[in-house]
Amino acid sequence: MEFQLTESQRALQDAARKYAREVVRPKAAHYDETSEFPRDLLSAAFELGLLNMAIPSEYGGVGLSHLEQVIVCEELAWGCAGVATSIIANDLANLPIILHGTDDQKKRLLSPFGEKLKFSSFCLTEPGAGSDVAAMSTTARLEGDEYVLNGNKCFITNGGYADQFTVFATLDKGRKHKGITCFVVEGRPQGLTTGKHENKMGQRASNTTTVTFDEVRVPVANRIGEEGEGFKVAMATLDNSRPLTASLSVGIARAALEHSLDYSGQRHTFGKPIREHQGVQFMLADMAMNTHAARLLTWESAWVLDEGQRNTLQSSYAKCFAADMAMKVATDAVQVYGGYGYMKEYPVEKLMRDAKLIQVYEGTSQVQRLVIAKELFR
Amino acid sequence: MKILVTAKRVEDPESKIKVKPDGSDIVKEGLKYKINPFDEIGVEEGLRLAAKHTGEVVVVSIGGKEVQEQLRHALAMGANRAVWVNHTGPLDQLGIAGLLQKVAEKEKPDIVILGKQSIDDDQNQVGQYLAEFLGWGQATFASKVESLESEQEKSKSPAVVLTADKKSVQVVREVDNGLATVEVQLPAVVTTDLRLNQPRYASLPGIMKAKSKPIEELTPAALGVDVAPKIQVLKLASPPARKAGIKVPDVATLVEKLHNEAKVV
Amino acid sequence: MSIVLIVAEQQPDGNLRKASLNAIAAGKQLADKAGGELHLVLLSKDPSKLAGELAGTGAKAVHTAAAPEFEHYLAEVYAPVIASLAQELKATFIGAASTAQGKDLLPRVAARLKAAMATDITAINGSGADITFTRPMWAGNVFAEVKLTTPVQVISIRATEFAAGAGGGAAAEVKSFQPKLEASKTKFVSFNEVKSARPELTEARVVVSGGRGTKGDFKEVEALADLLGAAVGASRAVCDAGWVPNDYQVGQTGKVVAPQLYIAAGISGAIQHLAGMKSSKTIVAINKDPEAPIFQVADYGLVDDLFKVLPALREGIQKLK
Repeated sequence: MEFQLTESQRALQDAARKYAREVVRPKAAHYDETSEFPRDLLSAAFELGLLNMAIPSEYGGVGLSHLEQVIVCEELAWGCAGVATSIIANDLANLPIILHGTDDQKKRLLSPFGEKLKFSSFCLTEPGAGSDVAAMSTTARLEGDEYVLNGNKCFITNGGYADQFTVFATLDKGRKHKGITCFVVEGRPQGLTTGKHENKMGQRASNTTTVTFDEVRVPVANRIGEEGEGFKVAMATLDNSRPLTASLSVGIARAALEHSLDYSGQRHTFGKPIREHQGVQFMLADMAMNTHAARLLTWESAWVLDEGQRNTLQSSYAKCFAADMAMKVATDAVQVYGGYGYMKEYPVEKLMRDAKLIQVYEGTSQVQRLVIAKELFR
Repeated sequence: MKILVTAKRVEDPESKIKVKPDGSDIVKEGLKYKINPFDEIGVEEGLRLAAKHTGEVVVVSIGGKEVQEQLRHALAMGANRAVWVNHTGPLDQLGIAGLLQKVAEKEKPDIVILGKQSIDDDQNQVGQYLAEFLGWGQATFASKVESLESEQEKSKSPAVVLTADKKSVQVVREVDNGLATVEVQLPAVVTTDLRLNQPRYASLPGIMKAKSKPIEELTPAALGVDVAPKIQVLKLASPPARKAGIKVPDVATLVEKLHNEAKVV
Repeated sequence: MSIVLIVAEQQPDGNLRKASLNAIAAGKQLADKAGGELHLVLLSKDPSKLAGELAGTGAKAVHTAAAPEFEHYLAEVYAPVIASLAQELKATFIGAASTAQGKDLLPRVAARLKAAMATDITAINGSGADITFTRPMWAGNVFAEVKLTTPVQVISIRATEFAAGAGGGAAAEVKSFQPKLEASKTKFVSFNEVKSARPELTEARVVVSGGRGTKGDFKEVEALADLLGAAVGASRAVCDAGWVPNDYQVGQTGKVVAPQLYIAAGISGAIQHLAGMKSSKTIVAINKDPEAPIFQVADYGLVDDLFKVLPALREGIQKLK
């Protein structure tokens, strides 16, 4: 067992940390306030290879291991969780192709992302089908050598700016999850429209829209996996992405902890810095302890994947624990700041709003617990 | 064009440096290490020159095996290969310049670019020693007329300019009361000042590629350099602390204090 | 007997750089402690202008050499001449002020003489054969006592730590010598001088500096400086942004200053900036951010917008006068 990062893992961490500190942090409050699309930050992220971490190097990506990806992601989220979510949206959308695409599909659909700044959106969730993926109502029907897509997707990250969409649709609602199939829509063909940018509570730098498919035609060559394999593709993708989402929580919590350590050293009550009061110390200790515990769970869940093993249990542990932990740590950070913590001039209320989303997206904390229980009963 | 650049391992400039109670050294526990920021500017200038004039950038560092981290950083930025002079123990500027002289004689670069000083010793000597040892011209404190937010900087073109006959470089130097421009015959030694350029970030693909770039190992013995230090550091101490000041509520109080208490206006 | 040889620096405008007087004071102190005598050297196109001034600084001798090549300083031209004079005099210590020129030149002289060098010395300790120097390291966070063990020792001298002497005593003997010039691989092209009617940063009695808080608008900083007859300084961020000339930068990697009064307006106080000004006698910090580190070194801190404070401060000071 090895608990130390290797030299190259540290180098990746440093590179991401520098980007987060020098490029993202100075603009984080601005994009939180305005909810504008942080194109400059994403463009800088692309130059550094951050937008295509998971794409194998033979297809023009960086080809980072899962463990390396979560190390990097923690740093990005430490800078701004909304920006981090927008950054990893590309990898999330491209994962189905990475995991289940043919060599030809990988060359066609992944390689362009290494060449220029492009965005891709993962379109799974629907107004009536979030956690209950099998209730999906977006349909696909085969017409000659094309599929025709119809339906609505919601809460789609980078939807308003995406150049490519990875879409899940059912060939036959009656077949439940066995009818779900995965497709890649290139560009913005006729019939594809995106809605207005959602006015979110947190992670406001990340663009979120609805995506509507009205008779959108997709060549058969862009079907990822076989017909009816979509559910399996989606679940494998989420197994892969849960460690990343977990690492976002760790990044938020670390930021909350660091702000709290700083502030509690500066703010005086009863003649001493508040961090010399035991009540505050207990909070700080819990924040630090839980952040680190979540980090270790996250690293392990990524490491299991790198070992080529199924990580459903570990990644649900990590995602669920980390998301709930980050919510608690960020809330406590606001508590440490007291009244100032509630004010937008200080950085911690943003963290609290940002953290909330992670308990909700990519499988709620409740769904994670269901998955864990199911794994325990196997 | 072949460019030799340096990558000294130094304490992270952001970290708080404290002296051990016995004054024998600084407290090293918990410190992070980085490439000397002035050297990083040198690596960047080397890469820009190499990109413009089709060249190779070789990076050198001296120290124990931990300095490979700084070499990898330069390789991740884009340097082609690295030379590691494996040496542990004290080393002064004469020793460093002696080792770099031998590496330069072996590599035969057109330009050696070093940081004007390292942020640990703050000596600001090695480039000048090296130029004299090699019998080359020197252009220290290299800077440029344009700011770091200028179009020139955004274009990533080198500030060290090769002359038309390709036998010299023109360098703008940051000196007292202004900027001096000199022309130095190649091969030459250039040392970097703060505003020569804004070093690029190491990219993720760069870091992955750096893993397989070669690092050649040398030793002072193999290079035939006696590195016994001629500078003895006897004792370190913290600077005297300033006595705590006060916050004044308004300008009137400030003027009153400056006039009656400090007696400076 | 040991000879201390201090290199005097002539500015492009022909005047003696004031920091040289501080270096000469340090040289005198060193000569006294080591039990030796102080010699000065001046290389110039026309040394006659400054030789008299130098002769009155308390040195034993002033060595001057004239050559057209000395008009524009170049290390490669100066170093061999100074090194061979030092050898001829059997000088054991060679020094100069820690100016851009001093820092460029001295290591090259030291290299010729296989001498070790201490940069930016702030104190001279011990006596006789046991001379040691104090110098800053890690951006002034540490002061080291160092001993140079080579037969010839080279030092650059931080001007702010050695008060210039009153001179006096017998006028030094001025000896001109014939310099043996070597071919230089470096040639002077041009000098782009930042002209200013204000005093030199390192020599000013008062310095008013602006930081990021000015957002590049130095009008108020300059107006206050002009009222106080002060030099204008700046933080690194401001120079990097190109808002003011590089030459304004106060800090470990820029100019080190120690005026009677240092006013920092809109400067947060990064470690490297503090290292360049914290020896100032009285420090005033004006910053909107009450947590700015600059307040930790300030004698008087005022938490407010500099654009409100500086005009009011000017008005208040004018009333005193």
